[in-house]
Amino acid sequence: MSITETSTRKFDVASVRIDFPILNEKPYGKSLIYFDNAATSQKPKVVIDSLVNYYSKYNANVHRGVHYLSQKASDAFDEVRFKVKVFLNASSEREIIFTRGTTESINLVASTYGRANVNRGDEVIVSAMEHHSNIVPWQLLCIEKGAILRVIPMNDKGELLLDEFAKLLSDKTKIVSVVHTSNSLGTVNPIKEIISLAHAKNIPVLVDGAQAVAHGSVDVQDLDCDFFAFSGHKMLGPTGIGGLYGKLELLENMPPYQGGGEMIRSVSFERTTYNDVPYKFEAGTPNIADTIALGYAIDYWNTMDRGAAVQHEQELLKYCTDQLAAVPAVRLIGTSENKASVISFVLDGINAMDAGMYLDTKGIAVRTGQHCTEPVMTRFGIPGTLRASFMFYNTFEEIDSFIQHTKNAVSFLNP
Amino acid sequence: MMDIAATEQEIIDDFALFEEWEEKYQYIIELGQKLPKLDEKYKIEENKIKGCQSSVWLVASEKDGLIYFDADSDSTFVKGEIALLINVLSKRAPDQIISAELNFIDAIGLRQHMAQTRANGLASMIKQMKLYAVGLQHKNA
Repeated sequence: MSITETSTRKFDVASVRIDFPILNEKPYGKSLIYFDNAATSQKPKVVIDSLVNYYSKYNANVHRGVHYLSQKASDAFDEVRFKVKVFLNASSEREIIFTRGTTESINLVASTYGRANVNRGDEVIVSAMEHHSNIVPWQLLCIEKGAILRVIPMNDKGELLLDEFAKLLSDKTKIVSVVHTSNSLGTVNPIKEIISLAHAKNIPVLVDGAQAVAHGSVDVQDLDCDFFAFSGHKMLGPTGIGGLYGKLELLENMPPYQGGGEMIRSVSFERTTYNDVPYKFEAGTPNIADTIALGYAIDYWNTMDRGAAVQHEQELLKYCTDQLAAVPAVRLIGTSENKASVISFVLDGINAMDAGMYLDTKGIAVRTGQHCTEPVMTRFGIPGTLRASFMFYNTFEEIDSFIQHTKNAVSFLNP
Repeated sequence: MMDIAATEQEIIDDFALFEEWEEKYQYIIELGQKLPKLDEKYKIEENKIKGCQSSVWLVASEKDGLIYFDADSDSTFVKGEIALLINVLSKRAPDQIISAELNFIDAIGLRQHMAQTRANGLASMIKQMKLYAVGLQHKNA
């Protein structure tokens, strides 16, 4: 991913907003300002319609039936694997496994690759800014195996210390699992550098791409990551569907994840042989409707000038950061030069939830609390933050309103 | 002193004056701002009810068979909720506290604005208040 992608074309916000019906909602009679995009993105009409269309026109189980509907559903479903492959620039469709999302993708790797390769005394490295979903699966593995979890520290700006990372890498390190873009700090990590440092010692790297996929193009071959996990719902798709990219050679040597239909070739009570990658990792009837809808989300991305969209988000980020920084009560948490459109901050003497609820009464949706990154909050010595996160469909006018209401919240809550 | 049901009804009537969530929010914040501060010496781990987004410190004392609650929070909104709960449950006999149904929480439309984690925080606060009452009832039995 690159946030320095530039585009000469001005991004036309008004025309994309039309594609997102929810943006016309009026919570409490106020115009919705949706700044909780890091939690989940809104969905364009084509994605919403695709779900209705699937269930009303060609709902059937895939890869099983000989009938018309099953054929149609199977074709639509299978096509999405190709779309994801192109979206991430994987070298083969077989490297794309459908999962429920980033969390399941990481759990899949921890419980297959991890179980097969991490043993007593070995080490797994994560970073200080991981989401709980990139901590707990590894902790569970480490407890089971008697292995040790190591953590890459960060500085006060919310940037990982690569010198310290280099020191952590050793013969005992069996896998590194690091977030590409932090959900609570916005930091875009130097992931290529992290990967090359680990690869210099032949250690594979999993990239948590949950935030990254929606804010710039991802090229897994260019990154040279070994695994890449993402969620559909953060990139305009529905909830309940996401994926795992894995290098084919690694996937082929990994034991299966869950047992069931689809993942087998032949079953007897004495012995079962497994299906090929990626089906080996996709037990049971897949999430057909949401997978097809994810395909429509990818189509939507492909109609956009993504460089212009990222540039617009970066302009929103700068505009909002500058104005927030000028509010005396505000302390920004996460001040790296290299950020995606996520702003975390605290207000002096004001509980984040109280302020978040104030903004809610004005129709402004932000996230408050720890953002599933409790260690980050502990690192900065704060109970939680307010977080505003932008998507390309957000506007400067929305930020003006957000800033004004944040100032009002300060005077109301701290009279 | 009014009984619990009458006190709850009074709160329900107060909130009936508000049409908008915004007004309810502002009223609860004002209640929170007016709630007397808890002495720092009580803000210790054993009095703390830890929630995901805010913490509550709750202290109970007994006088003449009645239970008195004092509480504080780092969230003004939660302090407002505490003020409502104290209004209903403080200075009551243990059996009254134990049997209180606290229907006002739903009736004033508070629950629908609370995320699961927060609703759980309020629930743990009520549970803790009732536990004090149960404890005292046992002690006096």
